[in-house]
Amino acid sequence: MHRRKLHPIIENNTGFHTMNDPLVIAGKTYGSRLLVGTGKYKDFAETRGAIDASGAEIVTVAIRRTNIGQNPDEPNLLDVLPPDRFTILPNTAGCYTADDAVRTLRLARELLSTEARRHDLCKLEVLGDPSNLFPNMPETLKAAEILVKDGFDVMVYCADDPIQARMLEDIGCAAVMPLASLIGSGMGILNPWNLRLIIDNAKVPVLVDAGVGTASDAAIAMELGCDGVLMNTAIAGAGQPVLMASAMKKAVEAGREAFLAGRMPRKFYSADPSSPTQGLIGS
Amino acid sequence: MIQVIVNGQPQALAPGLTVLGLLEARGLVGKRLAVERNGDIVPKARHAEVQLAEGDRVEIVVAVGGG
Repeated sequence: MHRRKLHPIIENNTGFHTMNDPLVIAGKTYGSRLLVGTGKYKDFAETRGAIDASGAEIVTVAIRRTNIGQNPDEPNLLDVLPPDRFTILPNTAGCYTADDAVRTLRLARELLSTEARRHDLCKLEVLGDPSNLFPNMPETLKAAEILVKDGFDVMVYCADDPIQARMLEDIGCAAVMPLASLIGSGMGILNPWNLRLIIDNAKVPVLVDAGVGTASDAAIAMELGCDGVLMNTAIAGAGQPVLMASAMKKAVEAGREAFLAGRMPRKFYSADPSSPTQGLIGS
Repeated sequence: MIQVIVNGQPQALAPGLTVLGLLEARGLVGKRLAVERNGDIVPKARHAEVQLAEGDRVEIVVAVGGG
């Protein structure tokens, strides 16, 4: 039987409110358990519209070279998503070595830090194969070790392997983020059994990162006990991204509430009527 | 002139040019960006003092849309 993490709000009698059920990552509290990417939108207006509809507070960005000499006046993503309003989660998408990932995140920290506050939160992903974008776990572990020592709060994209997820947690990662299926594939939650093993073992938040295709996938991830879901293409690649963002917000909330409520036991091949069996007319 | 690789492109720059000077010449001052020189971060506070040298490799990056 699944060992459900008991949550304090279940034990008080004030009634359930999503607002009382925060996600805590690296000591910071978030009201939304949906994290969204900012890629593949048709323009910045659609990006912002979808993110607002999703209710996400944490948004991922990629780090790339400026186009030297090309239209220096073009709008910047961080003007559309002001870091005082959103928590910016820089990623290492496209990195295939620990060294490239570490360099990219040091640049991201320089980019996002202010004089008042150093920006340590980051999403580490070290890829292994461009055709399936599976993580290279040895390089991921190596990079995580360097980044944690360097003071980063590392949320890490990883294989759905409970042993390596534990290794990442032991290194000191702030959250482990196994793939549910291939990045950008929309194939959904392919191995709920492994995800549940990771969730049951983890003391840090577990977020599904990659593979969600539609709202029910997000709800399934949350019903399994995931602490959150990170997605990009499921929203940006939908027919109507803003509407799908709204659907995902509800799915994550619904899945979370269902998890906290605790589903009824499955009774295989055994029906059980909901209405009284006594007092039927004509009996 | 000195040869410097900026974002992978060879560039001929004036000797003694600082990181800030390079950003000014490219219309990038005041933008949200980060600079790396030969693998090390050049903090914003040091853009005005760090001078580029022959053969330096400079990366100038921004945040873009991504998952």
